[in-house]
Amino acid sequence: MTLDEILASMFPDGHDVRNDSGLLYGLGTLRHGGRALVIGVANRSALGVDEAIRLSGYVLASIEKGSGPILVVVDSDSQRMSKRDELLGLSEFLAHLAKSLIYADMHGRPTIGLLYGRSAAGAFLATALATRVLVGLPGADPAVMDLPSMAKVTKLSIEVLKQKARSTPVFAPGLRNLAQTGAVHITWDERVPLVDQLQSLLANMPNARDRRDALGKERGGRLKAHDIAERVRGLALQTQ
Amino acid sequence: MSAHTQTAKFLAGRDRAASWYEASARKRVGLLVDDGSFFEFIGPEMREVSPHLQVFDLPEQFDDGIIIGRGRLDGSPVFVAAQEGRFMGGAFGEVHGAKLTGLLHAARDIKSMPVLILFDTGGVRLQEANAGELAIAEIMRAVIEARTAGVKVIGLIGGHSGCYGGGGLIAGCCSALVVSEQGRIAVSGPEVIETNRGVEEFDSRDHALVWRTMGGKHRRLIGGAEVFVDDTVQAFREAALELVRSTGGFGIDTLKAEQSRLEDRLQRFGTCRDAVEIWTAEGIPDAASIPELPADQFIPLADKVWRTGRDAR
Repeated sequence: MTLDEILASMFPDGHDVRNDSGLLYGLGTLRHGGRALVIGVANRSALGVDEAIRLSGYVLASIEKGSGPILVVVDSDSQRMSKRDELLGLSEFLAHLAKSLIYADMHGRPTIGLLYGRSAAGAFLATALATRVLVGLPGADPAVMDLPSMAKVTKLSIEVLKQKARSTPVFAPGLRNLAQTGAVHITWDERVPLVDQLQSLLANMPNARDRRDALGKERGGRLKAHDIAERVRGLALQTQ
Repeated sequence: MSAHTQTAKFLAGRDRAASWYEASARKRVGLLVDDGSFFEFIGPEMREVSPHLQVFDLPEQFDDGIIIGRGRLDGSPVFVAAQEGRFMGGAFGEVHGAKLTGLLHAARDIKSMPVLILFDTGGVRLQEANAGELAIAEIMRAVIEARTAGVKVIGLIGGHSGCYGGGGLIAGCCSALVVSEQGRIAVSGPEVIETNRGVEEFDSRDHALVWRTMGGKHRRLIGGAEVFVDDTVQAFREAALELVRSTGGFGIDTLKAEQSRLEDRLQRFGTCRDAVEIWTAEGIPDAASIPELPADQFIPLADKVWRTGRDAR
């Protein structure tokens, strides 16, 4: 699905979301009343300091004046890899965007990520992975790192990596592999109007508690994370 | 004071002069907190290793490269997490990350105990990339939940592997940061930029360029870290103590202040092509000499240039 099709299918009652050189911003009318803030990254654009500060600005302004859920719609590259972005402190800008989204979610503005294309590394952390519920669309193709780059770092051939990926999807790119770890909560069906799936999600929104490690355990993609975290928490609480 | 206690104090004092950069994670933790006060959770004897490294025929480490526990700092209880930058570059994997997430969840529930995170990381562990990336996302959320509950989360950065990738994003979520000159903070590492954009964009073998673009002095000068310290355990300990006492809370005003702080930085320095240009624009006389300045001369200079807003992170 294209971005226009996705927005039209989610907001049949109208929206004013604009795509400004890969940055998304606007409001969408929800079927059962109210409006959702929509922000995001499109056109597989990289997320650098200039883009991140605009997105966090939209979120903070909406916390002060708006209401309703916040949708973070993503088809991005990774963070912008440049000397200028690092010189200016890109880590702070990306963290600030993630913090703004998490803060909003914890204070009455539930956040939903919608991954319809690519995303990777720092851009993924600052946007889709900083939401309460991450929805994947079938065309989504997230990758922490692509296989050719991974081959370079691990000094293994792409063929060997592909073979290993069959038994151990924990390192391999792709929506299904990521969903198994618990990162993607649900995958929507493109044949059903997205407005129905959005309304159903909003009506059954889970609470703000982070359950992604439990999901990863249920799905068999991350068997240890939940138990280790809970054990540490228990030990730490005991010994105060 | 008994002769024994005096000797112990002398020994601790002497050891705290040790280089933070050179010390292992275990040594850093042992010396950072009050003598003998550290208690580890899920230590190496539990052998909770990564379940994913054997697929790549890579050696495991019994603590998966991170030490988690509690100790005392000048008598007050603190939680501590320390990454070992010399195991898999201190990278975040499933177990490594989950240990830190669990600690932050406990801090959130207790509400009053500070957390010290001793970063030393290249970012996501690629052999378990999806689990590592998600672990970082969970830690970022857990830091914000803890801070919202009133917990102070202080990052200490000055290790071998610096604080790169998702580690840089977690650091950006902390209440305050301490850096030494060696404490590089960035998202994309020098090699990653060079591989993706070419050597003209960033020459990863130009060490002076790496230090002045990502190193602790530059981060302190642009307000990316609250405190700059010399490369000793003692200096990190004193700075951590100071920040635990002085750092403010977290809320919408903090985020608005950070938005202004970062917008202001882009406006003032957005067209600068090099760190020296930024330092010059900051009004530092003889900015080109900054990399050579010893810590005791750099610290007062940095304090004059940029009194970091303690409530803008």
